[in-house]
Amino acid sequence: MEWFNTVIYLLAATVRSATPLIFCAMAGLVSERSGVIDIGLEGKMLAAAFAAAVVAALTGSPWSGLAAAVVVGSMMSLLHGFACISHRGDQVVSGVALNIVASGLTVVLGNAWFHRGGETPQLDAAQRFMPLPFPGTENISHMPLLGPIYAKVISGQSLLSYIAFLLVPAVAWLLYRSRFGLRLRAVGENPAVVDTAGISVDFLRYRAVLIGGVLCGFAGAYLAISQNAFFQREMTAGRGYIALAAMIFGKWKPLPALYACLLFGFLDAGAPLLQGVKIYGKTELPVQLIQALPYALTVILLAGFIGKAIPPKAIGRPYVKER
Amino acid sequence: MSAAPKSSIAGPMPRWLEIFGLPLINLALAMIVSGIIVAAIGENPFAAIQAMGIGAFGDLYGIGYTLYYATNFIFTGLAVAIAFHAGLFNIGGEGQAYIGGLGAGLVALAFDNSLTIWPMLLLGLAASAAFGAAWAFVPAYLQAKRGSHIVITTIMFNFLAAALMGYLLVNVFRIPGSMEVVSRDFAPSAGVPYVHALLADIGIAMPNTPLNLAFLWSLICCGLVWLYLWRSRGGYELRTAGLSPKAAQYAGINPNRITIEAMLISGALAGFLGFNEILGNHRQLVMDFVAGAGFTGIAVALMGRNHPFGIILASLLFGALFQGGAELAFEIPTITRDMIVVMQGLVILFSGALAYVNRPLLEKAWRLYQARRGTRVPMAVAPVSPAAAPDAPVALAAETATLVATPTAPEPETIETTPAREPAQEVLEVVEAEIVTMGPGTEPTPSEPAPAPRKKRGPKKSKRKPGEV
Repeated sequence: MEWFNTVIYLLAATVRSATPLIFCAMAGLVSERSGVIDIGLEGKMLAAAFAAAVVAALTGSPWSGLAAAVVVGSMMSLLHGFACISHRGDQVVSGVALNIVASGLTVVLGNAWFHRGGETPQLDAAQRFMPLPFPGTENISHMPLLGPIYAKVISGQSLLSYIAFLLVPAVAWLLYRSRFGLRLRAVGENPAVVDTAGISVDFLRYRAVLIGGVLCGFAGAYLAISQNAFFQREMTAGRGYIALAAMIFGKWKPLPALYACLLFGFLDAGAPLLQGVKIYGKTELPVQLIQALPYALTVILLAGFIGKAIPPKAIGRPYVKER
Repeated sequence: MSAAPKSSIAGPMPRWLEIFGLPLINLALAMIVSGIIVAAIGENPFAAIQAMGIGAFGDLYGIGYTLYYATNFIFTGLAVAIAFHAGLFNIGGEGQAYIGGLGAGLVALAFDNSLTIWPMLLLGLAASAAFGAAWAFVPAYLQAKRGSHIVITTIMFNFLAAALMGYLLVNVFRIPGSMEVVSRDFAPSAGVPYVHALLADIGIAMPNTPLNLAFLWSLICCGLVWLYLWRSRGGYELRTAGLSPKAAQYAGINPNRITIEAMLISGALAGFLGFNEILGNHRQLVMDFVAGAGFTGIAVALMGRNHPFGIILASLLFGALFQGGAELAFEIPTITRDMIVVMQGLVILFSGALAYVNRPLLEKAWRLYQARRGTRVPMAVAPVSPAAAPDAPVALAAETATLVATPTAPEPETIETTPAREPAQEVLEVVEAEIVTMGPGTEPTPSEPAPAPRKKRGPKKSKRKPGEV
C-alpha cells in the first residue's frame, strides 16, 4: 500500500509542478504561433512572481497580487512587442534582455524594499491562493483507488492550478475554433497574406504577446503566492526555459504541450524521491540525470529523432509592410 | 577589406558617429535608466557612480579585479561575436565556458604533479578550448545537418552542462568526506602565473588579485580573431555565409560547414573562460564559476559591435562595472551587485533589441544638426541610401557582388539588402531569416521561401524615411 501512497503523492506533486509550466507554455505557444519568439518567458514569470509577492504582502490580498503579476507580465510583453513588432528588433535578443533585466531588478528592488537579500516577507494563508478542498472529500476518500485520487490529486489544488488545466482547452479553442485564432495562426505562417486581407499584422501580434504576458503573470503569481509564500531570488529556476522546451516538445500545439508539461512536471516532482535510491542495489541514480532529462529530450526532439517539430513558418521574422 | 571606401552617395551619418556615438548613446540610455532605478530606491545615483569608479579604477587592487573580470568578458564576447558574424546566435557561452573549465580542470588533476608549469598550462589551454568547442559542436551539428534551431539547443546545452558539472563535482571530484563541493587543490604547476607575482619579481608592489596571464591571452585572442575574420580566407567565407547564406552557397561556400566551424571557434573561445577561472583563479574545480559571464558576452559583443577592438573596450567597461558593483555593494548596502545585472540587461535591450529605434533617431538628429549648420545635405538622396553603411558589410557586399556576378544571373536581392545595416543587425536579420528554415529536415537551401519578403525589403526600406518607423 505504500507504493500506492507514493504514486498518489507523485501525481499531486506533478500537478503542482506542472501548473506554472502550463501557463508559460501556453503563453509561449500563443506568442510563437503569431510568429514572435518568446525566450523571455523566464524573465516575465520571474518579474510577475516578484510583483505578486510584493503586492500580496502589502495589500494582504492574493487577488491584487495576481493583478499586479498580470500587469507586470503584460508590460514586459508590450516592451518585447515594441522592440520586435513595432521596431523589427531581434526577438531572441529582446527576450534575453528581458530575462537578464528581470533577474537583476527583482533582487535589487526586493533588497531595497525589504532588506532580506532579495526575499519578500512571508505571506500568511489569507494572502495566498490556498488549496481548495472539493465537496465530499471526506466521504469519498475512503473509497479504494478512486477515493485517494479524488481527495489528494483532483481536490485540494490551488485555484490557479484549475485555471491552468482549463486554460489548455481554452487556448485550443481560441487557436483552432475562433476567428482570432485562425488569423493568429495565419500571421505566424504567412503575415503577408493576412496583411493583404486587410488585417493588421502588428495589432494581431501585439494581442498575441499580450496574452502571453497575462499568462506569464498567472505563472509567476502561482509560484510566489500559491505554491510558495514569498519571492526568492531566481525563484523561477529555469522553469521558463522548461516551459519553452515543453512547448517545442508539444510541437507548438496546446494538447501535446500540456502532456509535455505534465511529463516535465512529473520528472520535477519525482527527482527528490529518487535521491539516494539504488538501482540493482548498487549504483545510485544521479538526481542530475532526472533534472537534465527535459532538456535532453527537447534536444533529441529538435534533432528530429522523435517525430518532427515544425515551428510556425514566419517565426522570428519581423513583418515589414510593403508600400 | 574592413576599411571600406565610402560609397559615392554620402551617407547621412558619419562613420565616427556610427561606431562610437551609437554605442555611447546606448550606454548612456542604460545608465540613465539605471540611475532612475537607483534614485527610485532612495539612493543618490551620482554617489553610486562615484563609488563604482573608485572601486574599479581607484587603486591597483581595483584595476586588477577589473582586468580579471574583463578577461572573462573578452572571451565570451569574442565567442558571441564570431557566431554573430556567421549569422548564428550562440546563447550557450555559459555552458561552453563551464565545460571548458571542466577540460582545464581534468588535465590539471591528471598531470599537475607530473608536468612542469608551461607544458601544463599549454595543455590546460588546449583542453579548455577542446572541451568548449566540443560542447558547441553538438548544437552546431544539429543546426547544420538536422535544422534544429541553434538558439534553443544552446540554451538546453547550458542546462545540460550545469547538470553534468553538478553530477561530476558531487560524485566524482569531491574529496571524500568533505562537505564542500570542490575538487582537490591543483599542484602549483597547474596555476597560471598571477600578474601581482610577476610584478613583484620586477619590484612593483601590487595587491593580490586574481588577475593572471590569461588576460594577455585574451588580448592575443582578440588579435587572432581580427586576423581570422578580416584577413583570412576562412573568415571571409564565414562573414559571407553570415551575411547571406545563399550568396555564400552560390560562391561555393558550404554554409553548413561554416556553421560548424564558427561554432567550434566560438565554443573554444568561451572555453578559455574556464581556463582563466579554473587554472587562473580557483586552482581547483568549483561549481558555477561562469556566473553569468556567458550572458554578459552577449552585451559585450552587441556593445562592441562584434569587433575585437570594440569588445576589448566593452569588456573593460563591464569589468569595471562588475568590480565597481562589488565595491558599491559595500559602500551603499541598499544597492546590491545585481544592479550590474540590470545594467547589462539594459545594454542588451538598447543596443540589441531596440537598435532600430535609436539609430534612426540619431540619424535624424544628425541631419538636423547638419542642416542647422548650413551644410548641404543631399536630402533627396540621403533617405534613399538607407543607413550610412560605412562598415565592413559594404566592402563585403561589394565582394559578394563580384563573387556572385558569375555568368549566370545572380539573385540581386541578396546584395541589395546588405549595405543597409550595421553588422550586428545585419547578422541578426540573417538569423531571423534562418529561423524560418529551422524545422528538422528542412535545410537552408535556396528553394526556401525566405527570399520573397527579403527581396521586397531592400528597395522598400530605402523608401521609408529614417525615424519614421
